[in-house]
Formats: sequence, structure tokens, C-alpha cells
Amino acid sequence: MTAQDILFWALAGASVGSAVAVVTMKSIFRAAVMLAFSFLAVAGLFVLLNADFLAVVQVLIYVGAVSVLLVFASLLTRDAETGNTANRLRLPALLGSALLLAFLATVVLQTNWSLMEDTLSAESLARVQEVLSATPQWLAGLLLSEWVLPFEVASVLLLAAIVGALVLVRERQP
Amino acid sequence: MSLENFLLLSVVLFSIGLYGALTRRNVVVVLMSIELMFNAVNVAAVAVSRYVTPAALRADTTSIADAVVQRVLTGQVFALFVIVVAAAEVALGLAIVIAVYRSRGTVDLTQVNLMKR
Repeated sequence: MTAQDILFWALAGASVGSAVAVVTMKSIFRAAVMLAFSFLAVAGLFVLLNADFLAVVQVLIYVGAVSVLLVFASLLTRDAETGNTANRLRLPALLGSALLLAFLATVVLQTNWSLMEDTLSAESLARVQEVLSATPQWLAGLLLSEWVLPFEVASVLLLAAIVGALVLVRERQP
Repeated sequence: MSLENFLLLSVVLFSIGLYGALTRRNVVVVLMSIELMFNAVNVAAVAVSRYVTPAALRADTTSIADAVVQRVLTGQVFALFVIVVAAAEVALGLAIVIAVYRSRGTVDLTQVNLMKR
């Protein structure tokens, strides 16, 4: 077992454990904190996958913004202490999720993935490694050439979301 | 640490998120579960793009141009857009939660059934 393997299992355990805590904990405030832990563990997994820029974005947006927003929302509404109860769908939902898990796991294990280390030549692999060792500059190139339209649309989406959120929570004028 | 490990982890996280989204009564926790599912999908996208050969790279094996080799990061671009959309979604979702709480006085999903009557 290499150091990376140990890191992977630790991060995987942390993310799954805190994800389970999110859906089972009684207090909504604690669930939000566990969610932040889960996001942090996933950021670590991104680092293991050579996605350093994404890891930074994950910490900035998910841990820094989304979790804090969810904490605010849980405090602004009532029942923050014991409000995390289940509805009547508990057993069917558990069954459905388990079935989906089994199905997707079978698909993952049965598929014959064409891995880069098996199919590419040594020099191509070296090129790919070069890209993976410094992702931000390559990501920028990709975003502003091939994905430039979705990139611009994303800014419009964010503007629409800001305006929409403001309109929704505005106090009604008499 | 292999592709299968990451994908199985992603599947487990997604199922936990799905279970939470289906069973919780509090809207805020349902939103949290949806964020968990987004995260699981991101892990899968980044893992696949890290390990699986892109079709463009499979075609030519001699000299790889910059425009082709950077396609190994396509999964990361997907994850980036998913994060952007998730941020917009959670901002709007919480605005709706606050608006519903103001008008109905509750965030219990089973109590918000005005259209069922």
C-alpha cells in the first residue's frame, strides 16, 4: 500500500462517513457542518486525481459559500435543533437507493475501461502527464477555446440567479 | 487507488444523497442531499477524465497537438460547470425556502401541499 492509497481510503472514509451523518443527524446545524467536512474530503480526492484547480474551487465555493449559506438558511428557519426527521418513504427510498447502488456498482465493475496507461504510447503518456501536472493553464486554454460558449452562458446564469434570489426574498412593498 | 475505486466511491456518495433527498422532511436537508449528489457526480467525471483514454487521443498516436492533449481535462471542465450550476441552484433554492417559510411558516416538505388540495 502506497501513501496515496492510504490517503485515498482515509478521504473516502471521511467523505462517506460525513455524508451518512448529513442524512441521519438530528440537528440540521450539525448536518450542515458534516456536509462541509464531506466537501473538504472530496477536495482532497480532487488533489489525488491531479485536479488541483478544482480542489481550490471546491474549497472556495462549496466549503466557503454553499455550506455557509446552508447554515444561514437552517438558522433562519425554525426547527434547527431537531427538525431532521424522515417522512413515510423511508423503507422504499432505502430499497431504491440500495438497488441503484448495486446496479451502478455492477456497471462500474463490469465495464472494460480503456485506461490511458494501457492504450497510449510512452511519449503520449508523457504528454498527458505534462498536462496533468499543471492543470490550471491547460484548463484555461480549454475553457476559452472549446468551451467558450458554456463559459459565457455560465456568467449569464449566475447573474440571473443573483437577480432571481433578490426578487424572491425581497420584502413586498405595500 | 484505481478508476474503479473512485467510481465506486462516487456511486456510494450518490446513493446516500439520493436516500437523503427522498426521505428528509426539511427542505434545507433535501438541498444538502442534492449537493452531495452533485459532488458524487463531480468525483466520477474527474476520475474518468483522469484515467480513461479520450477518443481524440486514441485516434492519433504520433505527434499530439496542444489542442488535442488538453482534452484529457474535459472531465474537469464538466465538474467546473457543475459547481457553477450548483452554486446558482443553492442560492435560488434557499431564496425559495425563505419565501416559502415566510408565507407558510414551515419548511416541512410534507406540510407544503397547497397544490394537492
